[in-house]
Amino acid sequence: MSQTIEIGKLTDIPKLGSRVVKTSQGDIAIFRTAEDEVFAMHDKCPHKQGALSQGIVHNKTVTCPLHNWVIGLDDGEAKGHDKGCVKTFEAKLEGDNVILVLDK
Amino acid sequence: MKEKLVVIGNGMAGMRTVEELLKIAPDKYDITVFGAEPYGNYNRIMLSPVLTGEKTIEEIMINDLNWYKDNNITLHAGTDKKVVKIDRRNRIVFAEDGTEESYTRLLLATGSNPFIIPLPGHELNGVIAFRDIADVDLMLDAAKNKTHAVVIGGGLLGLEAANGLMLQGMDVTIIHNLDVLMNRQLDGPSAKLLQAELESRGLKFKMSANTTKITSDDEGNVAGIAFDDGVELKANIVVMAVGIRPNIDLAKSVGIHCERGIVVNDTLQTFDPRVYAIGECIQHRGELFGLVAPIWDQAKVCSNHLAGYGIANYRSVATATKLKVTGCDLFSAGDFEGDNDTDDIVFQDPKRGVYKKIVIRDDKIIGTVLYGDTIDGSWYFSMMKDGVNIKDIRNTLLFGQVHLGDSGHGEANAAANLPDDAEVCGCNGVCKGDIVKAINEENLYTLEEVRAVTKASASCGSCTGLVEQILVSTAGGDYNPTETEKPLCACTTSSHDNVRDAITDQKLKSFPEVSEYLEFTKTEGCHVCRPAINYYLLAAWPGEYEDDMRSRFTNERMHANIQKDNTYTVVPRMLGGMTTPEDLRVIADTADKYEVPMVKVTGGQRIDLVGVSKDNLIPMWKDLTDAGMVSGHAYGKSLRTVKTCIGSQFCRFGTQDSTGLGVRIEEMTWASWTPAKFKIAVSGCPRNCAEATIKDFGVVAVDSGWELYVAGNGGMKVRVSDFLVKVTTDDEAMEYVGAFMQMYREKGHHNERTAPWIERVGLTYIKQEIVDDADKRKAFYDRFIESQKYAQVDPWKKRVEGFDKQSFIPLAEV
Repeated sequence: MSQTIEIGKLTDIPKLGSRVVKTSQGDIAIFRTAEDEVFAMHDKCPHKQGALSQGIVHNKTVTCPLHNWVIGLDDGEAKGHDKGCVKTFEAKLEGDNVILVLDK
Repeated sequence: MKEKLVVIGNGMAGMRTVEELLKIAPDKYDITVFGAEPYGNYNRIMLSPVLTGEKTIEEIMINDLNWYKDNNITLHAGTDKKVVKIDRRNRIVFAEDGTEESYTRLLLATGSNPFIIPLPGHELNGVIAFRDIADVDLMLDAAKNKTHAVVIGGGLLGLEAANGLMLQGMDVTIIHNLDVLMNRQLDGPSAKLLQAELESRGLKFKMSANTTKITSDDEGNVAGIAFDDGVELKANIVVMAVGIRPNIDLAKSVGIHCERGIVVNDTLQTFDPRVYAIGECIQHRGELFGLVAPIWDQAKVCSNHLAGYGIANYRSVATATKLKVTGCDLFSAGDFEGDNDTDDIVFQDPKRGVYKKIVIRDDKIIGTVLYGDTIDGSWYFSMMKDGVNIKDIRNTLLFGQVHLGDSGHGEANAAANLPDDAEVCGCNGVCKGDIVKAINEENLYTLEEVRAVTKASASCGSCTGLVEQILVSTAGGDYNPTETEKPLCACTTSSHDNVRDAITDQKLKSFPEVSEYLEFTKTEGCHVCRPAINYYLLAAWPGEYEDDMRSRFTNERMHANIQKDNTYTVVPRMLGGMTTPEDLRVIADTADKYEVPMVKVTGGQRIDLVGVSKDNLIPMWKDLTDAGMVSGHAYGKSLRTVKTCIGSQFCRFGTQDSTGLGVRIEEMTWASWTPAKFKIAVSGCPRNCAEATIKDFGVVAVDSGWELYVAGNGGMKVRVSDFLVKVTTDDEAMEYVGAFMQMYREKGHHNERTAPWIERVGLTYIKQEIVDDADKRKAFYDRFIESQKYAQVDPWKKRVEGFDKQSFIPLAEV
C-alpha cells in the first residue's frame, strides 16, 4: 500500500532548491529543478549522511554539502566514481500541488 | 542522414580526437577508422615500460576492440588496411585491400615514422626502430636468445630502449654523435650526471661517435657496428632511435600541401578544408610535434571544429619532458641553454646527484633543467608559462616552493621515491599506490581525472603538486596545464580568467548569460562553477547583481558553518577580537537557552557556538541581534576576522594602538565577499603576538609606523607573508588594506587563497599595481569602499526580519 500526500505548492520550493518534509520514515528532501520537475529522496547522502536538501542543485543532480558527492535526483545514485544510492520516493505535480507518494 | 567522418590513423592523436568528439557531439557522425596496426588503440608512450617488463601490452591499451563496437565506430585495422589513395573530388578513401569509404570530413592522424640512418647495412635483419608493438616484440625476442645490443641515438627514446634491453639481460651500448646525452633536453652538466647514473646501472656509452657501417654475418643478420676511429662493436640487434619524421607520404601523394609535415592552420585544417590533420604528422606555424601534451590540446580544438562549434583555436605552448627510466629523475622545459641576454641560476651537488638550472631573461623564467630533484619542476614550468616576474623571489627561487610547511604529509616529497603505502592525500586518505593503480588501470592523463577517481588532492589541495608529480612519473604524459589556462570546471573549456573577462567585457549579468555566451555544456552549471560565477558577478557588478542564494554553498546561505551531523556553528562578530562583559553574558545566556553542546574560542579570537540545529538558527540570531551583535561571517569566502594583540593601550612593549587600528580595519572590511576566505591581523610591536605574518593581510607596528605584509597562510601550507610596504599613518594602512583586498577580489580565482594567488601572479605585479602607482591604489581602494556600501548588510538581521524564511522550516510534516 502506498500513501499519496499533498505536501504543498510548487512555488513553496525555490527553483534549483529544496525543502524538507518530515515523515515517520525520516526527513525527505523535495527538489525542484529549473524545468519545474519535482523529485523526492531521503535527506541523507549515502556517504556520510549529509543533508542533501542543503546542497546545490544542477541539471537533475544535487551536490552534498559535506563532501561534494553528486547524487542523481531521478535515481538517487551517486555520480562519477563514487558508489552509493539514496532511497528515492515518487513525487509529482498535480496542477500547482506537489504530491509525495510514500510506501506504507 | 548522419555525416561521415573517416579517420586515417588509429593512434593516440586520432582516437583522442574521436573521444573528445563523442563527448560533445556523439550523434553527428558515422565514424570509420583505418589503422595499419592490428590492434585497438594503445598508449605509445608506455612502450618503454612494456620493454622493461614493468607493464604488459594489455595494460597500455587505451581502447580495446569493444570500445569501437560500443561507440558504433567501424574499425579497419591491419597491415592490408593501410590507406593508399584518397579521391578528394569524390571524397572517398581507398585501402590497400580495396576497402573504400566515403567521407564528409576526413581526419589525417598518420603520425610519424622513425628515421632510419641510411648507413651501409641498415637493411639487415635485426636493425629496427623503437616505435610500435612489433618493434617491442622484436626486441623482447632478441633479448631471449641474443647477447649484444647497440642503440643508435642518445635521446629520450634511445635511452628508454637501452634501459629496457639492459633490464631484459642484454649487454647494451649507446651510440651518440654528440658528447651530451639527451641534448634536446639537457645541458652538459646534467647530461654528465645522467650518463654517470646510467653507467653505474651497467649501460655502456660511445659518445661523439661516427658510425661508418653495420656489419653482417653470412645469413644477412646484424653482427656488429663499425666506427671511423677503427673501433668495432659486437651487435645482435641494432635499434635506431635518432628521431622521427612526420608521415606525410599519403597526404603528399594526393596533393595536400606539405612542408616538413602536413601544413595546418589554427583550426587544424589542411589546405583542403574538408580534411583535418592532427598529431605528429602535422606542421603548425612552422612547428612539428612529438610530445603528448600539445597533441591533447590539438584533439580538443579539432573535435570542437568537427562538431561544428567552431570556437576553438590551437596555439602551441611550451612543453616539459621527463625521462621514463625508473629512478632517473630529470625535468626539462623551455630554452635551457640561454644566450647573451640571459642569466643562469645554477645549483650543483654531484655527490648527491642533484643539478638545477634556471634560465632567466628580463626577470622571467624561460627555461629550466632539473636533475635528481625535480619536485619543483611543475612550479617553475607554470611560472614560465604564465610569465611570472621572479625578481622578488630570485634569492630563494632555486630552493623551490618550500614545501616543508605543508601539513598532512610530513616531509615526504620526491614523488618517484615514495613507497606505495605513503599517504599522499591526508584529507581523503589516499596512498601513492592507490593513485598509481588508478592512473594505470583507468588510463588517466590529467589531474582532474586523478582527482575524480581517487579523490587525491580533491579537498584541501595541498598535495596537488605531489599528485601532479606522481601523475607525470607514472603516466609519463607531460600534460600539465597551468592554473591560468585550466578550465574552470567540467562544464566549460573556459578558464577562470576567460570567464571574468567575458563578464566584464561583454557586460554579462547573470549565470545564464555567462553559460550561454561561453557555451557551457551544462546550462545549469555545477557546484564548482555556479558559486564561482556568482562571486565573479557579485564582484563585477556591485549593487546591481543580485546574489543568487541557490548558487551559494550552504554555509553562505545559512550564515553558519555546517558540521558533520548537519548542525551548524554560530559565530557572532567581535571587532578586532574585542568583547565586553555584556556581550559575553548575552552569548552565555544564548548558549544556555538553546542548549549549545560546545562553546569554543577560535583561532581568530571569536566564540564558536557549535552544534546548533537548523531550527534554532533564527531564534538564536534574534537574541544576538537584539543585543546588538552581528554575524561573524565565520562561514564565508569573505573577510573572516581581524585579530589583534593588546597594543600600546596596555602592553608595556606596544608601540602602536593595534586594537584601535584592528577595529577600524574590521569596521571597513566586514561582510566583504572575496574569492576565498580572508584573514587579517594587527600586531602592536615587532614581537608580533597577533601572528600577522601568516595572515592574508598583516600589519605589524614598528616605532615609526606600520609594516604591511601580504599573502601569508597558517593553514595547510604555512606561508610566511611577503613584505609589501611600510607606512607611517593609520589612514595609509587602511588604504592599503582596501586596495589589496580589492585587487584580490578582482584578480583572484574563486577558491584561491591569497598565498597561491601571489605565487601565481608574483609579488612584483602586486607591488606595481598598489605600491608604485598611487593613483591605481586609490582607485582600487575607492572601488572597495563603493562595493562595501552594498555588502555591509547583516545577514542575520535580514533573516530575523523574514528574508527567505522558508529555507528554515519544513515544507510539511506528515
